[in-house]
Formats: sequence, structure tokens, C-alpha cells
Amino acid sequence: MTNMKDKIAIVGIGATEFSKNSGRSEMQLACEAAHSAVKDSGLQGADIDGMATFSMDNNWEIEVHRQIGGQELRFFSRTEFGGGGAIGPFAHAVSAIQSGQCNNVIVYRGMNERSGLRFGSGEIMSMNALNPDMIHFSHYFPTGFMTPASWIAMCARRYMHQYGATSEDFGRITVSLRDFASTNPNAFFYQKPLTLEEHQSSKMIADPLRLFDCCQESDGAVAFVITSLERAKDLPQTPVEIASVRQCALPSSRQVTPFYHQDIAQFPEFDAMADDLYGVAGVQAEDIDFACLYDHFSPSILPQLEAFKFCARGEAKDLVASGHISRGGKMPVNTNGGQIGEAYIHGLNGILEVVRQMRGESPNQIDNTEHALVTAGAGVPTGAAILRKH
Amino acid sequence: MSESHKELDLLRQKFVGQRVGPYYAWNKVSRTQVWQWCAAMGETNPNYLQKSDAVAPPTMLQSWTFRDVHGNYAPDSTDKNTYEVLGELDSLGYVGSVAVSYDQSYHRYLKEGDHVHSFSTIKDISDLKSTGLGEGCFVTEFAEYFDHDDQLCGDATITYLKYKPQQSSKTNRSETAPLKKVGRISPVENHDSKHFWQGLRDGKLLIQECSECQTKRHPPQPMCETCQSLEWQTIESNCFGTIYSYTAIHYPEIPPFDYPNVIVLVDLDEGVRIAAQLEGTQPEKIEIGDRVQAHIKEVQDGLALPIFKVTAK
Repeated sequence: MTNMKDKIAIVGIGATEFSKNSGRSEMQLACEAAHSAVKDSGLQGADIDGMATFSMDNNWEIEVHRQIGGQELRFFSRTEFGGGGAIGPFAHAVSAIQSGQCNNVIVYRGMNERSGLRFGSGEIMSMNALNPDMIHFSHYFPTGFMTPASWIAMCARRYMHQYGATSEDFGRITVSLRDFASTNPNAFFYQKPLTLEEHQSSKMIADPLRLFDCCQESDGAVAFVITSLERAKDLPQTPVEIASVRQCALPSSRQVTPFYHQDIAQFPEFDAMADDLYGVAGVQAEDIDFACLYDHFSPSILPQLEAFKFCARGEAKDLVASGHISRGGKMPVNTNGGQIGEAYIHGLNGILEVVRQMRGESPNQIDNTEHALVTAGAGVPTGAAILRKH
Repeated sequence: MSESHKELDLLRQKFVGQRVGPYYAWNKVSRTQVWQWCAAMGETNPNYLQKSDAVAPPTMLQSWTFRDVHGNYAPDSTDKNTYEVLGELDSLGYVGSVAVSYDQSYHRYLKEGDHVHSFSTIKDISDLKSTGLGEGCFVTEFAEYFDHDDQLCGDATITYLKYKPQQSSKTNRSETAPLKKVGRISPVENHDSKHFWQGLRDGKLLIQECSECQTKRHPPQPMCETCQSLEWQTIESNCFGTIYSYTAIHYPEIPPFDYPNVIVLVDLDEGVRIAAQLEGTQPEKIEIGDRVQAHIKEVQDGLALPIFKVTAK
């Protein structure tokens, strides 16, 4: 990975409210968020000439682009693999702007994941025999092995086996996230902190994952405007530079069924990306002030802390127990409450929180916000980035 | 904002925070009423019945200011109806009603001669929620009970769910029409994988092996990732292996499976990893490293799967 040619930044953010029933279409949610991101950036809809989103998003980029007042679309791209697609769109936006294909890109995701098709329900998205999902999941669905919780449970079980982690260790992560959520008015669990005892008595979903280890199911949309740091100088908001970004899939990577890594206690895609991301951004683990780590399930935070060298292998549970990632800790993780505490918008709401922190607008504002690490889905082909305040 | 959100917002503006009352008791607290209540409830506590300074059971709190059998409040009570909001929700289609919770707190015992009056405030009308009964909202009422000296004796927080009964909910469906027998999802059997599924129907667990470099692989794929050969054959697994990881799935319960549904990742002795069900061992007895053996079982017409059992700890 060579150095970034021109610097690229997030200059606009927009979001709908997060809820369990938005009462409107995914298209409307996406348009609302994209439109407010454009307004926030100080640009006009007509300035937007690139769109990037998740393959799973049900809102075509041309539809959203037209409705927010877009004129010519020079660049559009999608990223596969569910929540693993949370960083790809940013990486694509950076590449597209740096290569001169376009100037201003909207990254967006709008979903009615709670009131519409629920990912954890075991309902099948497509029965089309040519669909790559169906071909892939054919080796799991016939046994009733059909939910993300059950797939990631396999990794959590190995992590416990290899490092002596316990359900309480997972619970401490949830408690920390619910603490952040309890003081975030955007969070579903606003004013509803959770105790470790409540975590421990919550029902088993897929052993060892309990209910409160699982992220929420939410309706909502989030959008960002990305442009060059040069152009950002003329825009009203504090730019948040994408200091380094990349995606990663390994030969052993699979779509949400990460069973074929030699060691599934890890998500080795993160290990593979860490040095590149630190190197290009010119920082090290100790320079990272806070992080947005993908928390579809609480134990997934642990190997990410290790991969990005915040602690040695197997020691993340001790780091968590010491309060390192919690309110007042040295490197707070998911200060919005994460997808467990705030809402599940496929990872983008966490990146929104990073931007808010760097602008000084977070409901859980922390002091040091120079550098943040953000990750996309765990247990999938994924991506990560380091963001820098300007 | 959607129509239903707007409707609820209007109701909130109209009702939330409005304190309605007083509602007076028809009768002063009397030993007769306490006796009747205790007799009906099977209550024998001497504090309520026998002592000379007997008190009323605190849980009678709500009953003192009840309407009479004709639905009328006692004289001098307000004409306003606390429950007007529930009627308005009815007219919006939220005709279902369920009392969800009733939390009382008691500030002092009531005793013979106390004359109670109450006030009621709608504290909250929630956003729309999807519930098992249907879409609806929670209405929270706060009631305060005072004695004749206007001293607070007790209060109560009551939550109601007002909902639109679901037409197609699971419960309704099972009541009106028998569920079609749901089978397991059948795998896609394509050019790359049909040998595997046919092998299972023939009672064999087949593993792909590269014809060039002999690398084994599972799940099936057309090209060897080691040497890129498209030539492959299959070898038959002896069905023995070791548990690499496992989970017991409890929720959601998806038909036709039994729960908890135990899934294991097994490192087969031939060197590939496979996900499959395990039967015959309680989840809490399973350990990583247990030796297992698969039996090929026809689980439904045209679908056979390897089902593992623990053979040795």
C-alpha cells in the first residue's frame, strides 16, 4: 500500500432518526440522510457526482442521486459482504476522487432492518439458485444453521477455548456500550444502562451468545459527503481526513461463515490490514485516541483490539476489564453505544459518531480526538480506516 | 414523518401531561369493604381484619375511587374522562387493549374513615412498536391517591398497550389455518456441488480432491486454489473427526428443527472442516476436541445430511 496521493476528507454527515419502525420506505430514509449530508457539507445536490453504498442496500444510487438534485453521476460503486461493506464505499470514494473520476461522493446506507426483512430471522433473502448467497449458504441452511448469531458464535466459542475468556468478559463489553448509549439521545437504549447481572441473565440466542451480546435490529439511514481536503478548505465543516483506508479478503475468508481460517478465534483480515493502515496514516496503535469497532456481537470486539495491537493476543478481555475502552478510558470504543447500544445501521452510525467526536458534537464528547480507527464487519471480507481530525 | 407518527404526535400534544381529577370515592374506607375484599381475595392477614387499629390492604388502592356499577363517578368528581386517549386510539384502529404493567407505591396505610380522591395524568404515549400482538403504542398513566387532608397516600404507574390486531401474525395463522408443513431449505445443487449432495443421498460423505496436487477441499469449488487445476475427483470420508467449535442455537426457533439445535464445526480426519448437526449429546456436555463420527441420514425426501455423534471425549 503506497501513500495517499491527495488527501481526502469527510465534509458532510446526515442521518435519520434510528428506530424500530421508521414508518417510511428505505428509499425515503436514504434520500433524507443523503440530502441532510449534502446540506451539512455546504455543497449542492448538483455538486454530487459519485455514489457508493453496500451491495445489500435496496436503494439504487441513481434514484437517490436524482432526488437529492444530482445532475451527472460519474462514479457509482457497491461493496459486498453485508457489514463488511461499511468501509469499502469510503475506499472507493477515495480512489475515485484521487483518480479524477469524480469530485464529491456520497456514501450512504438506508435500511428498514427491523420493520422489514430482519437479518437474524433466518428468513431467506433469495431462493434464486444462481444467487451467490444461496450457493454459498447451501452448506449451512439445510441444517438450520441460518443466523449471523450462530455463525459468529463459533468464533466466540473458539476464543473462549483458546484464551479463557468467559461470557462475563463479553458482558463487560456490552455493559460499556450500554453505558455510552445511556447518555446518547439518539440511542435506542438512551437512559437504559445495563448491568453485568442483567447481561448474564439474558436469554441464550446461540451459545455462547446471549441476547445482550447481539446488536440491535434497526431502521434508519446514514450518509456522508466525501471530497478532497483541498476543496474542504472552502466548506463550513471541520474536515475529517481519511488518513488511510483499505479492504481485505483472504483465501480463507467467507461470507459471514468464517469457519475456514486456520484459527477462527481471530478475524485475520484485521491483522492483515493493521500495518498498512498505521503505516500510510503515519501513526501507531498508541496514537489512536478512540475507535469505532464493528460490534454485531460483543465478543467480536476482542480480536479486533488484538489485531490492531492495542494489546497482545488473548489479552483483550483484560484490556476491557481495565476500563480501557469504556467511558473515561484511554481509548474509548464506540462512544455512541455502538450497534449494540445505539442502532444497527450496518456500521455507518459508528463512523458518523467518529465524525461528530472530531467536530466536538458528540453527546459523549471525549477530549482527544486526533485519530480514530474504524472497522467494517467482522467475520466477513471487510475493511478498515484511520480517520484524522483537521 | 409518516401518517401514523403524526397521529400519535397529535395525541401526545393533546393528552400528555394533562392532570385530570379529582375523582372521589363513593364511600369512606370502611371495615365492611375491607372484609368483603379480603373474603374475595382469600386474604387472612390479621392486620386487615382483626386488630382494633386494622388498616386496609394497600393493594386496594385503586378500588376506592372506582366508578359504580353504572359507570358513574362519585359526586363532585370531575366530568373529564382520563381514558379519552384510549378511545381516540380505538378510533385510529388501535382497538386492541392489554394492560402491560401496574406498579404501585404506598406512602401510608389507609384506615377506616379515610376519604380518598385521586388524580390521573397521561405521562407518555410511546412511538409505534411492533409487538407480538400487532403494531401499537404504549400508554402510560400515573395515578395519585390522596386522603381528605390532601396527603398523598399512594400512587400507581399503569402501562397499557393499544394495538392493531395483526391479520397475519403467527398466532392468528395457526388459529385459522393449519401451518403448511415446513421442510428444511434444500441446497442449490449446481455443476460445482451436485456430486456432494448426490453422494450424501448415496450414503457417502464425499470430499473433493485435486487431481493434480491432491489438495483436499470443502465446501466444493471448481478450481484448486493451490494449483489452479480444474481436474478433481472425490474421496469418501470415513466420517470420523474432531470438534473444532460448536454452538447450540436456541433462538429463533425455525421450523422444522428441534431446539436447541447443536451445530458443530468438525475437522474431518481427511483434513477438511465441515459444518453439520450433532445429535445425542447435551450442549453443556460437548467439548472442543471431542471425537465424533457422522452417520448419513435422509432428513427429508431427496435431502441427506451427515449427522454427527460424539464417540469419545
